[in-house]
Amino acid sequence: MALMASSRHEVGGYSYPAAVYVLVPLLALGLQSLLGLHFAFFGLADLPLLVTIYYGLAKREPISATLAGSIIGIAQDALTHHPLGVFGISKAVVGYMAASLGVRVDAESHGTRVLVVFGFTLLQTAVLYLLQRHMLGQPYAWHWVHELIRAVLNALIGVILFALLDLSRRPE
Amino acid sequence: MDSFFSRYRNALVLTIVLLAQVIGLAVQVRRPGQAPGDKGGVRLIRAWVVGIVSPPERVLHATGRGIRSVWMNYFDLVHVRQQDQRLKAQLDQLRLEEASLAEDAKQGQRLQALLGFEEKYVYKTVAAQVIGSSGTEQSHVLFIDKGSKDGIAPDMAVITPDGIVGKTRDVFGHTSQVLEISDATSGAGVLLQQTRIQGVLRGNSWGQPEMINVSPDDRIKKGEPVVTSGGDSIYPRGLPVGTVDRVSPDPDGTLVNVLIKPAANLAKLEEVLVITSSGSEMPASMQQDLSEAQQRASDILAERLPSRTDPNAPPAGANGQPQTTQAADGPNALPTPPPKPPAPLHPDRYSSSSMLPATDLVPGQRLTVAEGSAGSQSPAVSPNSVPRKTAPESAHHANASAAADGGSASAAKKTVPNAGDADHSGETGAAHPKPKAEPANPEANPASEKPSSPADTPPNPGAPSNSPQGRH
Repeated sequence: MALMASSRHEVGGYSYPAAVYVLVPLLALGLQSLLGLHFAFFGLADLPLLVTIYYGLAKREPISATLAGSIIGIAQDALTHHPLGVFGISKAVVGYMAASLGVRVDAESHGTRVLVVFGFTLLQTAVLYLLQRHMLGQPYAWHWVHELIRAVLNALIGVILFALLDLSRRPE
Repeated sequence: MDSFFSRYRNALVLTIVLLAQVIGLAVQVRRPGQAPGDKGGVRLIRAWVVGIVSPPERVLHATGRGIRSVWMNYFDLVHVRQQDQRLKAQLDQLRLEEASLAEDAKQGQRLQALLGFEEKYVYKTVAAQVIGSSGTEQSHVLFIDKGSKDGIAPDMAVITPDGIVGKTRDVFGHTSQVLEISDATSGAGVLLQQTRIQGVLRGNSWGQPEMINVSPDDRIKKGEPVVTSGGDSIYPRGLPVGTVDRVSPDPDGTLVNVLIKPAANLAKLEEVLVITSSGSEMPASMQQDLSEAQQRASDILAERLPSRTDPNAPPAGANGQPQTTQAADGPNALPTPPPKPPAPLHPDRYSSSSMLPATDLVPGQRLTVAEGSAGSQSPAVSPNSVPRKTAPESAHHANASAAADGGSASAAKKTVPNAGDADHSGETGAAHPKPKAEPANPEANPASEKPSSPADTPPNPGAPSNSPQGRH
């Protein structure tokens, strides 16, 4: 499993059609909202997070990934009853770190993607816990097994989703 | 300086973005006592996102519903006929139960009016489809396809026939956000139906509704129904909430939390009702339904009861019961007629079939109990014999003459002839006398016609009586 980027091709970024930048996050938000209604286990998944991680890893530009994470997170906040910014902050952090990491690791490998998504899911949960529990004073259930299951599920979904999104990219 | 910004540009952008959002969060956090609802900018962002996300959801939901409808209505029709027959039988049974409950409901209304309770009736509801959710475990909200254009407003109760779901929160033009009762920030006034313990319902951090801060009570058992108490001014009183799942100690240790299994399936909601109008008066349609239910129930009973001229029935004995004692078994056996009480040895005016029809009674007219009328079918009580006085009026007269130290009850017994079984009214004193042996038609006794009339209030010995007998 190649974790580190070993060639310039691996370090180089990709570009996507403009419609993909708009439609994919919206589709992720819509599917998350719709599927969570019919499948209880889908509440564990976080498609907007996966899209944020993917853009971070693919573009490898921390600023654009931070802004993309913020916008996607705020849109996700808008669908909840929480104050806007809870998911915005957490996804901005995840986007920034994914882009920073994407320069250093081989993001094409499925193994790397699984590990990256697993780690960033836990990171987002930690940021959410910090914000909701200690900043907003709202209850937040934390159970290690639950969070590990969530991270594994997102990692598995992420591998499939990233492979699908790879079809729309073109080399810069 | 330029090299500093260019070197740490990424980190600076991240810091600025995070700082801006933290400030935004701080601005949005409400202080206690602050009016709920988002401010203009936040509400605008929510409206944009919901406006973008909900139309595709609506289309997808409608498509899925259409496919399911085609399957259900044209293909999946096996055993429908048997199910139809079973449901019809069940409907007949429910009509009978409804008729019996209608009497209880009317009695409950009278008692509530007497005690000053304010019942809330649901006047108008709007049916809505659930088209989406928040998609996260931390926020238990739903989106429905009805909004302010359909008469929805914030803080309206959302229910299903099984139980309550939540209340509307943010309302947009054609979409509304519903905060479920399983959310940690929700709240509803609820009541344990048997133990009558009241409490506040909210969701715990795992998304299960619970009654918080309840005093420990051994009577709280698993499976006890929980209903709304009406104290929150959102949910009408008496709506089912769920059943007690278990009791868990509060983290403080002195109180307990009662975990509730919701009656409505919150994990699979497709259609809900939004209560857009409620009030304290029973709507005319409900009153008509009650009367029709009683009428239908009597028809069903008439069909089910055996014919009066049953040729196979054994000859009746002297007391009206069939002489045979053989058990009526077999498929063609007629149902056993209801037992009749034996004829009284010493009938009085309380004996069965010894009272005149209520329409023949005249207020203040004397009634006489005819001796030796046992078993006779003619009324044994004749008018113009016994002064027809109810216990309240008697107690009223007794109060005027007897001392107020509890002797009024005995005085009342002395005043009313044959008032031997009106003693219950005297047990609680003359302040709340309970009329006994009321005629079937309340018009026959004007004093007991209106429960909230001055006749039901504690009598004032000095005040003149307005009752017909009081004027005699």
